[in-house]
Formats: sequence, C-alpha cells, structure tokens
Amino acid sequence: MSLTTHFPLCFLFSLFQMQFMLLFSRQGKLRLQKWYVPLSDKEKKKITRELVQTVLARKPKMCSFLEWRDLKIVYKRYASLYFCCAIEDQDNELITLEIIHRYVELLDKYFGSVCELDIIFNFEKAYFILDEFLLGGEAQETSKKNVLKAIEQADLLQEVRHRMKSK
Amino acid sequence: MPAVSKGDGMRGLAVFISDIRNCKSKEAEVKRINKELANIRSKFKGDKALDGYSKKKYVCKLLFIFLLGHDIDFGHMEAVNLLSSNKYTEKQIGYLFISVLVNSNSDLIRLINNGIKNDLASRNPTFMNLALHCIAFASEIPRILVAGDTMDSVKQSAALCLLRLNRTSPDLVPMGEWTARVVHLLNDQHLGVVTAATSLITTLAQKSPDDFKTSISLAVARLSRIVTSASIDLQDYTYYFVAAPWLSVKLLRLLQCYPPPEDAALRSRLTECLETILNKAQEPPKSKKVQHSNAKNAVLFEAISLIIHHDSEPTLLVRACNQLGQFLQHRETNLRYLALESMCTLASSEFSHEAVKTHIETVINALKTERDVSVRQRAVDLLYAMCDRSNAKQIVAEMLSYLETADYSIREEIVLKVAILAEKYAVDYTWYVDTILNLIRIAGDYVSEEVWYRVIQIVINRDDVQGYAAKTVFEALQAPACHENLVKVGGYILGEFGNLIAGDSRSSPLVQFNLLHSKFHLCSVPTRALLLSAYIKFINLFPEVKATIQEVLRSDSQLRNADVELQQRAVEYLRLSCIASTDILATVLEEMPPFPERESSILAKLKRKKGPGNLPDIDDARRNVNGNTEHSEKTETTNKVTLVRTASAYLLNLNSTPTAGASLLVDVFSDSSTLASVEVSDENFPRFVCKNNGVIFENQLLQIGLKSEYRQNLGRMYVFYGNKTSTQFLSFSSSVTCNDTLKNHILSTSSVDPIIEGGAQVQQILNIECVSDFTDAPVLNVQFRYGGTLQNIAVKLPVMLNKFFQPTEMTSQDFFQRWKQLGAPQQEVQKIFKAKHPMDTEVTKAKILGFGVALLDRVDPNPENFVGAGVIHSKNTQVGCLLRLEPNTQAQMYRLTLRTSRDSVSQRLCDLLSEQF
Repeated sequence: MSLTTHFPLCFLFSLFQMQFMLLFSRQGKLRLQKWYVPLSDKEKKKITRELVQTVLARKPKMCSFLEWRDLKIVYKRYASLYFCCAIEDQDNELITLEIIHRYVELLDKYFGSVCELDIIFNFEKAYFILDEFLLGGEAQETSKKNVLKAIEQADLLQEVRHRMKSK
Repeated sequence: MPAVSKGDGMRGLAVFISDIRNCKSKEAEVKRINKELANIRSKFKGDKALDGYSKKKYVCKLLFIFLLGHDIDFGHMEAVNLLSSNKYTEKQIGYLFISVLVNSNSDLIRLINNGIKNDLASRNPTFMNLALHCIAFASEIPRILVAGDTMDSVKQSAALCLLRLNRTSPDLVPMGEWTARVVHLLNDQHLGVVTAATSLITTLAQKSPDDFKTSISLAVARLSRIVTSASIDLQDYTYYFVAAPWLSVKLLRLLQCYPPPEDAALRSRLTECLETILNKAQEPPKSKKVQHSNAKNAVLFEAISLIIHHDSEPTLLVRACNQLGQFLQHRETNLRYLALESMCTLASSEFSHEAVKTHIETVINALKTERDVSVRQRAVDLLYAMCDRSNAKQIVAEMLSYLETADYSIREEIVLKVAILAEKYAVDYTWYVDTILNLIRIAGDYVSEEVWYRVIQIVINRDDVQGYAAKTVFEALQAPACHENLVKVGGYILGEFGNLIAGDSRSSPLVQFNLLHSKFHLCSVPTRALLLSAYIKFINLFPEVKATIQEVLRSDSQLRNADVELQQRAVEYLRLSCIASTDILATVLEEMPPFPERESSILAKLKRKKGPGNLPDIDDARRNVNGNTEHSEKTETTNKVTLVRTASAYLLNLNSTPTAGASLLVDVFSDSSTLASVEVSDENFPRFVCKNNGVIFENQLLQIGLKSEYRQNLGRMYVFYGNKTSTQFLSFSSSVTCNDTLKNHILSTSSVDPIIEGGAQVQQILNIECVSDFTDAPVLNVQFRYGGTLQNIAVKLPVMLNKFFQPTEMTSQDFFQRWKQLGAPQQEVQKIFKAKHPMDTEVTKAKILGFGVALLDRVDPNPENFVGAGVIHSKNTQVGCLLRLEPNTQAQMYRLTLRTSRDSVSQRLCDLLSEQF
C-alpha cells in the first residue's frame, strides 16, 4: 500500500477532474465503468448501485445534474443507455455533458450508428476509444478526427499483426 | 461500415458473449460463467504454454466476466505477461486489463512497471502511448513532453500522465527546468496538445502559482485568439459551431488560479475576451442543436465564474447577472439550475448584490413552480444568499409558505435558514418570535434543538420582547395539538416571564399553569423535566398557585415516577418549596441572567451542513443586531436554577466550579512571580497526549504522578507527589503558572501539606476548564527543602487541547460531507513524517482512541487508513474535528491530515498527534 494512491473521491487534491464514468442500461445493467480515482472494489460496487438507482429514478424532464455525496453527477440518456459522470464541485457541468456527447459521437462514428449491443460485444473497443479521448479524467484530444485516426491506426496495426500471424 | 469486423475477431470471445446473452435465467448465466472460469483456469494452469493469442482471448473473457459484476481473482499474471509481448493487440489488451482491474497497491505493480518502462524506452510511438495510458512512474516523462521531436499525440498523453503523477505523488516528478518550457506548450500549434497542457499547467499553478505566472499572458492571448476566431477556423476543434469549447473552459479555469492581471494592457485584453463571450450569448444561435447551446453556455458559465473570482469589474458583474437573469426563465431545466447556482455566488459580491435582488420574483416563482426538487433546492439557496434587511420579511414569508409543502429531504435545512434570516434581519423582535413559532408550528419535527435554544437565548437577552413572547407562546399553546418543541419553548418562557402577562385574567397564573400541565402527559421525559422546572419557577413567581403545584409534585405519578430524573426533580422541588423561605426561593429561582453573546449555534449548524464556502458572509452583521458585541471571557458564576436543557444534566446548576470553601483553595497565580526560572521538564509531556495517567516526572528525590479525567470542557487532574527518600520534605509548596491566555483555564488547585514524610505520597487536585482553544501548557512549580537545600522543579503539565475531545460516531456519508465542508485551505493541516515506532495497527488504533476521537470503521475505502472524528468542547465554542492518518509501511511514513473549522485548532492537534507515531 502506498501513501500516494489512496484518496477516496479525491479527498485531498480537490482539483477539477472527472472521478468516474459509468454506462448502464435502463434495466440497471452496468455496461462500462471507468474509474479515475483509486477506490476499493467494495466501494466501487456500492457507488455504482447507489447511483444507478438514483439516476434511474429520475424523470425524463428533470435536469441532468444532481448533487450526490460531495460530488456532482452529470448524466444523460441515449436510447437505452445512461451515461453518467461524476465531477467535482468546481467543475463545469455543461462541458461534461458535452464530453459525454462527444464520446457518444465517437462510438457512433466508429461502429456506425452505435447501439447497446455494439458496446456489449466490443467493450474493449469502447474502452480504447474512451482512453484515446479522456486520460486520467481529463479530455486529452477533443478533435473527433484525431481520436478516430488514432483508433484506426491501432486497428491497422492489429490487422498487420494478424495477417503476419496467419501467414 | 462497422470497423470492428476487421482486425482480429476473437471468435471464442464473441461466442462466449452470445452464450451469456442467450441465458434465460440468472442461474444459467452464473453456471455458464463458472464453466468458463474453470476452463480458463485449467488453460492457464495447464502444462502447455499458451500462445499470445489464446492468452489474450482468455484475458478478454475475464474482463467481460468482471464487467458483468463478478469478482476476478486470477489472470493478473497472464495479463502482465501480455505486456511484454511485441504484438500490439496483445499488449493493448494487457494494458486494458491492468488499468481496469489492477489496483495500484497490488504486488504485481513491480512487474507492470517493468513492462511499462520497456515500452517507454522503445522508439515506437504507439507503444509509448500505450504505456503512458496505463500511467506509470517515470521521471523521463517531462523529457518526453518538452522534447522537440516527440509526436503530438505522445505529448498529449505525457502531459496528462504528468498531471496524474503530480496529483498522486508530487515527489516523484521534481520541478526542474522543464517547467518553464511546459508553459510554452500553450503556444503550441496543435490544439490537442494545448488542451492537454492546459490541464497540466492548471494543476501545477494551483500548487505553486508563482512558478507559473507567465502562463497568464499566454493563456489570455490564446483565449483571445479562440473567441475572436470565426467558427470554422479551428476545423475539427470546432464543436457544433463553437470554437474549441473544452480548451476555452480550461483556459478560463487556469486564469482562476490567479488574481486579475496587474498589467493594464493584459487586463483590458482579458476584459475584452470576457465581453466577447458575454456578447456571443446574445447572438442568435447558429444551430438549434442542444449541443451548440450547451457548449456555448459552458464557456459562458466558466467566464462568469472567472468574473466572480476576480470580483473587480462592476460592469462585467452586472452584465453576468443580467445574463443569468435571462437563463432563470429559460425553457431548459439545466440552464435554470445552473443560473440559480451561479447567482448564489454573485449575490455575495458587493457589486452585483443589488442586481441579483431584482430577480427575487422570478426566484420565488421558481420555488413554487419548478418540478425538479434539485432546482427548487437551488432556489432556496439563492433566496438565502440574496436576503438582506430590505427583503428579509418577504423572503422569510415565502420560505415559510414553501416549507408547508417542501420535500422532506430539504426541510431541516430550510428551517435552519429561516431561523437564521429571521434572527439576523429582525428589526422588530416580535416578528422574530412570530416567525420562529410559525416555524415550530409548520415543521416542528425539523426544528432542531439549536433553533429553540436560540429563541430562548434571544428572548432572555432582550427585555423588550419578553412580554410579547410570553403572550404569544401562551396563545400558541392554546391550540389543541401543538408540537412538543412548542411546549418546550412555552414552558421555558412562561416559567421565566409568565408574570408579565399574569395581570390579564385570561392568562392568570392558574390558567397558565393548567395550560402547561394539560400538555404534560403527552410529552417525552426531557420535556416533562423542563416543565417541572417551570413549575418550581411558578412557585416563586406566583405564590398563589404554590399549593396547586405542590399538590401536583406530591402526586404519585411524580414522586414515584419510574424515571429517576423526573422523580428526583419532583422530590427536590417539592422539598425546596416547603422548606425555603421566600427570600431564598427568590434568590435561587431568580430570572436567568443574559446569555453571553456568541456565534449563533444555528449558524454553526448550517455551516456544518452546507460548508462555509456556500454561505455568504452574513455572520458579522448579526452582532450589531443584538447590540452586544462583547465576548464575555470570564467564567460566569451563576447560582441560579437554570431550566436545565438536557434531562441528564444537573438539577440545580449550583455551578460546577467549587467557589465555596475558599479556605481549601489557594490562589495559584499570586506567587508565580517569586519563582526563579527553573528549566521546565517536558520530556514526558508527549507521552500524555494519548493517555491520562502515568508518571510525569521523576528524579532521585521525587516522583510526580498524574491521574486525570475530562468531561466535555471540564477536567480534573490529580497530582501525586511521592517522596522517594526516607527523610521529610520541608516547606513543600506547589503552584501552577501559565501565560495570560491560559489563565482562565485553571480554575482551582487544592492546597498541599507543607511537609511530606519520607516514603509518603500526597495528592493535589486541579480543576481545569477549557475556555477557548489553546496551544501552551501550564507549568507546575514545585519547591521544597530536602536536607537543607532548596529544590526547585518545574514540570510542564499535560493539559492539551485534545483532552477536551468528545468522540463522534458518524456514517461514511456524513464524514465525507463534513470533510468536504471543511475544505478551505486554512482549515486543513497536513503533515508527512517518518514513523518513530514500529507500525502496528492495534497500537495506532489505541493511540487514536486515546487521543480522544472516535475511530470510524469502514469510512475510508482503504482499510489500512485510520479515520476519526470528534468535537472539542470549550466554554466558548465547540470545534468539530476530522482526522485521517495514512500509514505507508513500505516507506515507514505516515501522512496525517486534520480538518477543523479553526486553523489554530487544526494546527495544534496535528502537532500533538504527529509526535505520537
């Protein structure tokens, strides 16, 4: 255990940054989770359960932000999937909403009108795309083209290796 | 074209996922998963070395199972092996598994580090990127970041990687010459690099603002270029016709680390930028898409935050306020919510307070019509923030009427807010009394003790309102069903001031008594106890009802009450009324003296609930309202009966400090000047931080032992002087000296016999009261003659602030909430230090408990850490305190963090505790 890595919900360095991102379905099934703060598995499960419940209970016309513990939750529903981010008190809610949207756009572009099934079957790709876009909870590259280029290059690399292997 | 079809479809994985999806029931799913897990396990364990592809496939399956919510306890090793593969896909999956599943405290971290280091050293940019994504340790990162030949995408990752490192372990990345060059990344041509670099610089600037001052001008220049650019200039960085919204927000954020620029030209350039952003809000939207308006407004809100942060340009502040005013009526719920939230901060600026007030009607309307409770909550906050003397009556009235229908979750907070506003802006105290009684009527269950204590304090301190208060509570009590809190207030006030309305035959003494007594049987024990005290006060106020009340006290239901407190009160009061003469009765039961002025306990409570940052600065004005700003520091001695507040407290508050029997007590301060300066022994002092008993001093002649006990703000210390020799100590004397600030803390010391026989032990008692927080410790001076020579000994007495702790248990949620509330930089004190003793969990636990706080289990997600909470009781205030101790066994270090509402307290406690480990 190291001193350097255990700050629950960014306790000590309360700088703006996304804390985690969850994707879950209307039935409450978790589809993707990405944590930018180190937490124990137990804590993660607890947070997920609590949040999924809270968000699913909200009515469609309600605002997309809510205060939860000491964090702000920004969520949006796309078809059957909820995208839900936790940010800090000082963070900008609207820009976070657009981070979600940009991610959805990226998925959409990559998979070609993305649906929940794409994310279920290709969860590793969904992760790769997210990692190209966000790093450590910060937007790394906001250009859609550049992110997709990076992903394509990676795919290309896979293909080359694959062919080499099959030869 | 789903790009997925190309590359390597892992058929086995797809089949597995389909299987899971086809499962009809939860049981079938679990069964399928278990089968797969068994299969993978046997594959991993098998003798046959797996090729990279199968390893990858199985690791991927494990990942999927993890996503389904199952625990994965193997496969880590295989994933780490994948890192060293030279095939991209295998490496990639390895990294993915690690970043999702491996916690940083895992044993594998060394192996992982190795893999990452290899990748970083390679010249392959894709591999480097992968490694950076996984975020590792490497002092090479700064070099990668500023090197001229690094690819842009690698630079981006490197910047964010550094940021991450800096947040978690600043010591790993020393500041160096690279820092100056990082700032210049703001000028980079590649906007992606600028975006990533801005995040990094902001973090660094928050830590050491001076080193990054040069970033201000660069950030302003960059911002200015973005806001003036045509929407298409930035190509792919334009998001729904908004130029680089992410970068703009980040730049505005960076500028919030600094005060307004001093340089006039720079300042006007920034003002221009902000004006342009405000102007753009007025332009017709370039797209009907919500993304367009969101991105545009995200920048706008961040700009407003900067304007509020600078708080120096009145025109900008007023413009910002008007803009938010428009949003208050926007059809987007999100915008209404954010506008209310932002306006709260605007209300606290002197420049825009008036402008905010003009929107009062809209906000009140929002309170009444918004369908979303979180929006209504914001409206309440804003009303509270915009309240001043001119609109207090209206706002309080609106809040009260909202309270009748408010959601249960926010009622208590509204009650506190109404109580504070009513007190703070009361010009006419009859209005205040009415408001609080209304509050109890509407939401009695949510009226905390602080609220009704406070109304009693105010009524007692203000002569002009006492008659009115008595009359009003009397009327309110007439209602057939009234809340118990009202009975409490009523009982107390009539007991003190019932005489003021007794002239009226409709509220004659007997009527008052009967009215109160009619509620008696419906009340809980504490309230009954309070009523009994009110009755005895009645006996003093109205001799004519004495017989009636004695009758009541004498009844079996009182004298033989099962509750010991009630029974004791009945017995004692009855006895008192029988034997005491009228004079004595009048003295003992005299009207309560005014309470010393102090911070409103309600305000303190709201602060605890909401955090200081969210409260506009309103506490200072309060004092003027009450016309009494003096802080009475002296111990007030009252020999009068108080209507005891808590049932368990003493009956007759005959002052817990023994002022009688003065012959026994010595004045401890009188002879302090005669003492020669002796070296004060304090070597054992630190040992008493976490315990109360032990030997504080010992030499060949004398041993001084201590035993002490503390309760809330009071303490008693027994000092034992042991003569270790076989001869007498002559002219033995001891006294306690301390500096002026501490003087009030020592209430009394008992005297000691001047002769201590050989081998004998004598005892001395010290009474201590914590008046306010303190850092120094009193010194015990001992003088005696041994064999003809005069011995002088001075010992630092272990009277420390933490002795007045009262442990507080709380849930994880409460803890986090309070921790957050104490977020101001001066409230936190942190210390990192080397362990001086072996790191033993049980010993540490015992020490923390001994320190006086409650040890909170399962609050910190990391079980190795210790989290504690407690309240320091002093005469003047109570200071809540949260602490957190993080041990690092590898480095043999600790980190201790303390947060309290007072910086001096945080500092002192941190100093005390950090010496213990």
